[in-house]
Amino acid sequence: MEIRVLKNILSANDQIADHNRQLLQENGIYTVNIMASPGAGKTSVIMETVKRLKDKVKIGVIEGDISSNIDAQTVGKTGIPVVQINTGGECHLDASMISSALKNMPLPEIKVLLIENVGNLVCPAEFALGENLKVLVTHTPEGDDKPYKYPLMFNTVDAIIINKIDLLPYVKFNIESFSQKVKSLNGKVKIFPLSCTTGDGIDVWIEWLTRQAISASGSG
Amino acid sequence: MFDLVLEQAKQSGASKVSTINLVIGEMTGVVGDSVRFYLEILGKDSIAEGAAVNIKNIPAQARCHDCQKEFVIAEYQWICPACGSINLEITGGKELFIESIEVN
Repeated sequence: MEIRVLKNILSANDQIADHNRQLLQENGIYTVNIMASPGAGKTSVIMETVKRLKDKVKIGVIEGDISSNIDAQTVGKTGIPVVQINTGGECHLDASMISSALKNMPLPEIKVLLIENVGNLVCPAEFALGENLKVLVTHTPEGDDKPYKYPLMFNTVDAIIINKIDLLPYVKFNIESFSQKVKSLNGKVKIFPLSCTTGDGIDVWIEWLTRQAISASGSG
Repeated sequence: MFDLVLEQAKQSGASKVSTINLVIGEMTGVVGDSVRFYLEILGKDSIAEGAAVNIKNIPAQARCHDCQKEFVIAEYQWICPACGSINLEITGGKELFIESIEVN
């Protein structure tokens, strides 16, 4: 006997993600899932974002790594609430890890939650966490050919930050060619070239992020 | 995935799962051989032990917004083969689901 199933293999994760989304929404929290390959500058982007926004809005950060709490210590120095998740080998965060982390996050005290995913351009694209926004950080030394190599990731995200534009004179990265490749995979994505070292372009990113959070909260 | 298989089999009162039919899109990066390998290990001592695993692979596909052509993405060319546009909508390749199971 054949039984039709037609169930998404990740439906168990999606259900928990929906639950997270509801909990975050009830607390009026705007959540951003930040993904990238290792070393692209996820933590630097978070640090720069926190630095510029923490006096205007209460921010919390969840740090995901296979091991260590190096990033949590770095971000913790800014004085905002940080929860570290160690996946113990898993190459991505999933919704149930976020559900556990949220129990340790002072939800009534924050309005924006930044989640730093594990450095990987494959699996994090598949796992919903309950976020409002998916952001990919790429960096110029990585080369501009990554969209075609990791099409699902580039197709899934709402925004792409090109970090380390201060290195453009020294590396093979053509922003125009990169943007064309991204556009063929994802016509709606916003692209933000910036440098966490020099500060160039960061204000444009912050302005856009702020607008997204305000329009999601319905107050703008 | 394995839990879903057991859950569905249990609901139908089956005593044995003989086949698991999966649909996997090319863009998901899920590797069929690895899925077979995991299912073989997970299946041991369960009603799904030794079940055949059939995988329908779906290639990446797109529709061109400019000329409406639908096409399979060959060799990672994310460009419309008819008009050269990159104004595309991805229409296939992201699937990842259990289509059906066959039980006794």
